[in-house]
Amino acid sequence: MEERIPAVAMRDITKRFGPVVANDNCWLNIYRGEILALLGENGSGKTTLMNMLSGVYFPDEGTIAIDGKHVVIRSPKDAFALGIGMIHQHFKLVDVLTAAENIVLGLPGKLDLKAATAKIREICDTYQFDVDPNQKIYDMSVSQKQTVEIVKVLYRGADILILDEPTAVLTPQETDKLFAVLRNMRNDGKAIVIITHKMHEVEALSDRVAVLRHGQFVGDMLTKNTNAQEMTNMMVGHPVVLNIKRPEPVNPKPRIEVKGLTVRSMDGFLKLEDVSFTANSGEILGIAGISGCGQKELLEAIAGLQPVEAGSISYVNDNGEREELLGKDPLSIQSMGVALSFVPEDRLGMGLVANMDLADNMMLRSFRRGKSLFTDRHSPHKLAENVVHDLDVQTPSVETPVRRLSGGNVQKVLVGREIAEAPKVLLTAYAVRGLDINSSYTIYDLINEQKAAGVAVIYVGEDLDVLLELADRILVLCGGKVSGIIPGRGAKKRDVGLMMTKLGGVGE
Amino acid sequence: MFDIVSFIPRAVMQGIPLMLGCTGETITEKSGNLNLGTAGIMYVGGICGVIGAFLYENSGVVMVPVLTVLIPLLSCLLGSLLMGLLYCFLTVTLRANQNVTGLAMTTFGVGFGNFFGGSLIKLVKADIPSVVLTKTSLVFSRKLPFAGNLGWFGRIFLNYSFLAYAAIALALIASYVLKRTRTGLHLRAVGENPSTADTAGINVVRYKYTATCLGSMISGLGGLYYVMDYASGVWTNGAFGDRGWLAVALVIFTIWRPNVSIFASILFGGLYILNIYIPTGPNLAIKEIYKMAPYVVTIIVLIITSMRNKRENQPPAALGLPYFREER
Repeated sequence: MEERIPAVAMRDITKRFGPVVANDNCWLNIYRGEILALLGENGSGKTTLMNMLSGVYFPDEGTIAIDGKHVVIRSPKDAFALGIGMIHQHFKLVDVLTAAENIVLGLPGKLDLKAATAKIREICDTYQFDVDPNQKIYDMSVSQKQTVEIVKVLYRGADILILDEPTAVLTPQETDKLFAVLRNMRNDGKAIVIITHKMHEVEALSDRVAVLRHGQFVGDMLTKNTNAQEMTNMMVGHPVVLNIKRPEPVNPKPRIEVKGLTVRSMDGFLKLEDVSFTANSGEILGIAGISGCGQKELLEAIAGLQPVEAGSISYVNDNGEREELLGKDPLSIQSMGVALSFVPEDRLGMGLVANMDLADNMMLRSFRRGKSLFTDRHSPHKLAENVVHDLDVQTPSVETPVRRLSGGNVQKVLVGREIAEAPKVLLTAYAVRGLDINSSYTIYDLINEQKAAGVAVIYVGEDLDVLLELADRILVLCGGKVSGIIPGRGAKKRDVGLMMTKLGGVGE
Repeated sequence: MFDIVSFIPRAVMQGIPLMLGCTGETITEKSGNLNLGTAGIMYVGGICGVIGAFLYENSGVVMVPVLTVLIPLLSCLLGSLLMGLLYCFLTVTLRANQNVTGLAMTTFGVGFGNFFGGSLIKLVKADIPSVVLTKTSLVFSRKLPFAGNLGWFGRIFLNYSFLAYAAIALALIASYVLKRTRTGLHLRAVGENPSTADTAGINVVRYKYTATCLGSMISGLGGLYYVMDYASGVWTNGAFGDRGWLAVALVIFTIWRPNVSIFASILFGGLYILNIYIPTGPNLAIKEIYKMAPYVVTIIVLIITSMRNKRENQPPAALGLPYFREER
């Protein structure tokens, strides 16, 4: 079987961004009728390599051959012509246009939306997609947007599909559906590349695995001949221990008590309805739910950033005295030891300023401190260096603007800063969103350290498998209501998944 | 008494420069370029037309009507095209800040106009500081021949020169292209989300250049219309005033729809001259208050549009932002 001609053969590809070498003499084979999982740590150049294949970037050196023929891909248009379609991690869709308009975007010829709609319906029928061609993108859920992206590349007749972290924003059920579709396409003889950090997905879906490290190709193997441990070791370059510790909570005492919390969004939609729970010190309370089910509003309400319609949030200090957080401004809530680290979908939307460097971003938390007329630049600089060192942030220096870092590294900076505050309550959402497995474990360890230090951790997670392993208790949100609170030990993924989609999780 | 039959044609003529400016700026903004240089470009369009007409009138040859129109028209288009190209080169190719570039170009355009206007005024050695191009203006302001025979209907609807009808046609065409054609769809995508457009295989740079230059040329026509028809061929430094800025404000007022701009600019034109038609008595201070009307309405409209939540009515999402494919 090794005599097959690869659908795509990338050889000696090098790409530099200024002083940063994203890909260094990298090579890769992609075959038809096969799902290839492309693995690597954050910043190892997976996305850059795929962007060169889809014409977004142009390689500085190296060659690309499609079906054995040497090609030059100068623009996304060239890539389409070769049948290459990429589904980017951040969807490339125009919000104010309809699905059909987005799908035909960039194609030549007269604009005939009726014919396009018919063709889209046909594709949807073939693969059992559920897309309304006339729906506007801003009205769609994340998984619907992703479906539009997939239809878009299929509409263009792509037979080499690249998916960059497609499951990062999907529920388990949606992920299963996507995988079924991908398997269908593979059986159709299409070549599929999937970039993901979730090992169980790699094992469940892919036929072959290719690993990148520091922009170089380390090796590939058949998925059935390997395991998560081996793949991770290859990615990191040295053996790592793969299990999430879950120490027993030490002396848990109520720290945050939320009662009957109701939050309405600016446009009048009910985002949270009658939410009540207690977060204990020395314990991790995991929050599960489909994205957009009120997780953000919940954390923001506790941090004082969200106007609340009804309910109460009280903070209980070590002596058992209670203090109402509602009505306090975010600054005084923060000074009581409540730290919020929210990693939004675009990673930079909250908490970090993209154009400022690492040290200055550290300063966003500390600049009010001290009595001097001038700000203290020394300690943030020091803190930035510590975070870079402790969390192994890939950056040329602490003076680099945050926007130049790869996504995962940006997150490490954010989480690192929040933890450095030594909080009493740590609110963290999607702390490992898009992070590679090694960095994720670093973050889990950090969170566990905080737990051991008696911090009440509220952890909003996207990866249910992790949530089930990490959290002491899991609160499941469904459409802004509490679907249930269950102990993390012994919880079943299927049950939590059902609770996420249906209040109480019963029925079906 | 409020004389509506004579008020409307004046309002329309006042509105045509705004309509052209607004249509041009809308096309520009749909590509994601916020060209605040429109005021300057309309100025440059006006003075270039004046220079062309001046040279032709004073060249000593017998004037042919076709050339009398074509020479100022082409000079105007060329001048505004160069302004558009300059803006694109600075903001798209060199990725300079759009606001700063636009403001600089307005300052430049006004200065350019006043400099050459002043030079021409010196050349003609007139008593009053203006250049008068009567012959050119007569051709430019020629109305439909039968307009006078149709009573009030003719006076309100048929009483305009060809540039006025061209302005309305351009606005309708722009509207159609933006809404119904593939070019329009691609242009909207470029202005909304250039990286998406780029990955879809649309040449973002080409769209930005084309739309901005085309938009500049249409805006420039507004300056030409103002001098040759509205002002009867009289160029006076500074007479064009702040119409360019009103055109930019109109773009927001019309929520980026050229067809709406036809009514909106006539409305603004009416507000602009309202103070002449409303009897205010001997107290001139009240007139000054009426002169504020277009600006007050602009501010009110800005408040209302920003309160609306409908996504389609928002400015192009990437308006004012530079785009570079390999930006990380």
